[in-house]
Amino acid sequence: MRNITTLLLLTALTTPFNLAWAETAEEKGLAIAVEADNRDKGWQDSRAEMRMTLRNKQGKESVRVIRVANLEMDGDGDKGITIFDEPRDIKGTAFLTFSHSLVPDEQWLYLPALKRVKRIASKNKSGPFMGSEFAFEDISSFEIPKYSYRYLKDEVVNGEESFVIEAIPQYKHSGYTRIEMWIDKAEYRTQKMDFYDRKNSLLKTNIFSDYQQYLDQYWRAHKMTMENHQTGKSTVLDWSNFEFRTGLTEKDFEKNDLKRQR
Amino acid sequence: MTLNVNVKQLGLFAGVLLALPLTSVAYELSGYSAVEGQYFLHDSPFSEPENTVLSAVFAPEFYTQWDEGNQSLLISPYFRLDSEDSERTHLDLHEFIWQKSTDDWELKVGVGKVFWGVTESQHLVDIINQTDLVENSDTEDKLGQPMINLSLFNEWGTVELFILPYFRERTFPGKDGRLRSQFVVDTDHAQYESSAEQGHLDAAVRWSHSLGDWDIGLSHFYGTSREPIFEFNPVNFKLTPYYEIIHQTGLDIQMTTESWLWKLEMIRRHSDSDTFTALTGGFEYTFYDVAESGIDVGLIAEYLFDDRDNALLTPFENDLMIGSRLAWNDEQSTELLFGIIQDLDTDDRMWSVEASRRLGYRWKASLEARIFSVDRDNSALYSIRDDDYIQLEFARYF
Repeated sequence: MRNITTLLLLTALTTPFNLAWAETAEEKGLAIAVEADNRDKGWQDSRAEMRMTLRNKQGKESVRVIRVANLEMDGDGDKGITIFDEPRDIKGTAFLTFSHSLVPDEQWLYLPALKRVKRIASKNKSGPFMGSEFAFEDISSFEIPKYSYRYLKDEVVNGEESFVIEAIPQYKHSGYTRIEMWIDKAEYRTQKMDFYDRKNSLLKTNIFSDYQQYLDQYWRAHKMTMENHQTGKSTVLDWSNFEFRTGLTEKDFEKNDLKRQR
Repeated sequence: MTLNVNVKQLGLFAGVLLALPLTSVAYELSGYSAVEGQYFLHDSPFSEPENTVLSAVFAPEFYTQWDEGNQSLLISPYFRLDSEDSERTHLDLHEFIWQKSTDDWELKVGVGKVFWGVTESQHLVDIINQTDLVENSDTEDKLGQPMINLSLFNEWGTVELFILPYFRERTFPGKDGRLRSQFVVDTDHAQYESSAEQGHLDAAVRWSHSLGDWDIGLSHFYGTSREPIFEFNPVNFKLTPYYEIIHQTGLDIQMTTESWLWKLEMIRRHSDSDTFTALTGGFEYTFYDVAESGIDVGLIAEYLFDDRDNALLTPFENDLMIGSRLAWNDEQSTELLFGIIQDLDTDDRMWSVEASRRLGYRWKASLEARIFSVDRDNSALYSIRDDDYIQLEFARYF
């Protein structure tokens, strides 16, 4: 993926000089996405805890407690481990994901009751993650080549002057025809995303809030609120205890490591 | 009641306990307790067993780690109290294991559990732990196994070395238990090929690796067979289990593409009495998020083969399993697994349904039903021909 990214970078860098007056909406959209991606490079590895609150139409809530560890990969999608602490019946269940831009991700699931590590099929993009309003594709790592981009307009959202760009999934089996993203001009943070389903109707909105900066560079939203407009259900992710550059390496993201997670 | 913990094991645990650090560490207690009801649809062909069985399970788990998470101790005893069968009332130590992990190797000492394999209908390659047959006739429940296990992580795969210093006998239903054999198994007088009996030093080695879409494992086991052969004892009208010394080589392969899992497990086992090959092979295909409902529907088909001539030794000489796995992916994690195993040479057939759903936050309900349709009296399943049952379990997790 490094070559593609490099090519995209070159395009993004050279375009303004050569074609400043003829920059298309596609070029501008891509340049914004590339800038946002570049600003989030170099964090190396991270750990965080997440509390996921599922709320149904009647307002009834149910909670999941999850820990995640991620490893930034040079020229490829990130590696990640997700461990469930609650509900208790799935405590110790863990996912290992090697995400890729356009080729299918590799994924393993550990079932602690059986002590069994299962390689699982990677086609599942649009299905719900743990009964939530987040689909697997919503929580996988962001990679530039996964989408094609188009700049739409400027708009103020969450009090931030933002670019609005459209991202169209280029990977297979997405549940979306397109995603609209609000990216603030000040720090290139995603403020809001609108997801359009396969029939191109508005399906979900994800609002990002409580941003905090780490290592003087990396912004992380501590709250993500995903609302499903079609079902009235919502899911809130509350993130906490972010840690960066904790010394994790590729050796901490292997199949064997799944069994060790507690 | 059978107490499966013995003195040697206790000695091992004492050693582990002494290795515990005295500095402050975090402890964690979790686990579950459950009540289970089984209803058998027909009267047993034998006089003793009842049609309704109630039981309760207590399975706590104690865990602690130190040395920045590089060392840990896990203790998980398991106790079931059964209203009918004194053999099914049992205490076992599923795990009591100390673990030291580094980037390149991992050492485990104590009583542990290990799973090898990829298929769904049966688990041929999985040999380290003894089957706890009183728990469930599907052979998926296991007893804790004393072990020293060193795993070496290499670029070219993981090598696991096992020394298994003590053998665990298989559990069998007693005379009051359902799913029993006509003549009950005399678990108090097991016979062994090795003069060391349960103290025979078993050993195993396994290499496993992930290569792109392929996950491969190759293993060899030398030691006491987990599967006994039986000798009829005319004095007490019981079956005496006889545990041979075996060599077993196992291969398990899974190829994973977008929606397909292709699976193969194969073993070759050699003992004084027999040498045979068995395999399970097939696929699982999943339709994800069917009609944007969030529901996944998987289709499973596996072929089961065993070249042992004696039909009493295995019910799966030439069988086909067809099944389906449904996952609702809802808030309650509702799941259902349905399967039929059809003998391709006779009309013998086994139906199975397993379903589960979380209730509230701490409870989980599990439903299980099996129907045995057995047509010949020389079948390995003949004694359980009238043991069709429905089982419901409510578990509370803490």
